Amino acid sequence: MPPLSVWMVRVALLHLGIGFTFGALMLFDKAAPTHPDIWRLWPLHIELTLIGWTVQLAMGVAFWIMPRFARLPNRYGRRTTLAWAAFALLNAGVLAVCAGNWWPSLADLTLAGRIAELSAVILFIIHLWPRIKPPGA
Amino acid sequence: MPTLARWYIKAGLVYFVLALIAGVLVQARTVVDLPTWVATLRPVYVHLLAVGWITQLIIGVGYWMFPKFSRENPRGSEQLAWATFILLNVGLALRVISEPRVSIRAEPDLSWMLALSAVLQLIAGWLFVINTWARIKER
Repeated sequence: MPPLSVWMVRVALLHLGIGFTFGALMLFDKAAPTHPDIWRLWPLHIELTLIGWTVQLAMGVAFWIMPRFARLPNRYGRRTTLAWAAFALLNAGVLAVCAGNWWPSLADLTLAGRIAELSAVILFIIHLWPRIKPPGA
Repeated sequence: MPTLARWYIKAGLVYFVLALIAGVLVQARTVVDLPTWVATLRPVYVHLLAVGWITQLIIGVGYWMFPKFSRENPRGSEQLAWATFILLNVGLALRVISEPRVSIRAEPDLSWMLALSAVLQLIAGWLFVINTWARIKER
């Protein structure tokens, strides 16, 4: 597994664990109310499990298993920097969206986070596009 | 494909169907007279899909395909992996049974079952993270 995939999948696992924790806190609260602020975790739960976990895991695995270039010095392609930038932007985006949803004074960060996530996905697609190719190409 | 991966994926497929049945029921309530608790199935529908199907499929395929932990224990701790499977599925099943009843405050009160469901799924999630972490590595 290449280093970028290791980073993406491991960070995705952390997002899964934290996302599950927030979800379990809310589910427990539904059964036995603990604190009214618990339900403010709802958008964070969705962000972490959907973007931080599922989307990032798919990106990490895609970077690992999609066809490579046997004749290039870097078998993962010429634009791996873009994929690394996508990793940084995606996680900065997830954190920004979470912070923006949790702290009212940082609400503007939510939009910045969404823009970072969009940029991450576009950069990742630019990296991955040439790798979607027939064998030997 | 290892036995446990098959269990994960087949259980995921069952949840996939159950999720879509729940989705149909939630939507059918707009045109057919159905019991009140059907309206509370929406979170069950979403989690059957997101946890029961998608996450469980990922866990099953990951258990099968991720890099080997070692020659002796290629998939990490088999006991932890089975514990994850059992806790996740029991936890999710308890949620399906109890959440609609708790939402409409039906008697007998199944809040304890919903709380237990939260704890079991939480433990399952972190067990998966712990057991998978060391397999995510460069060769």
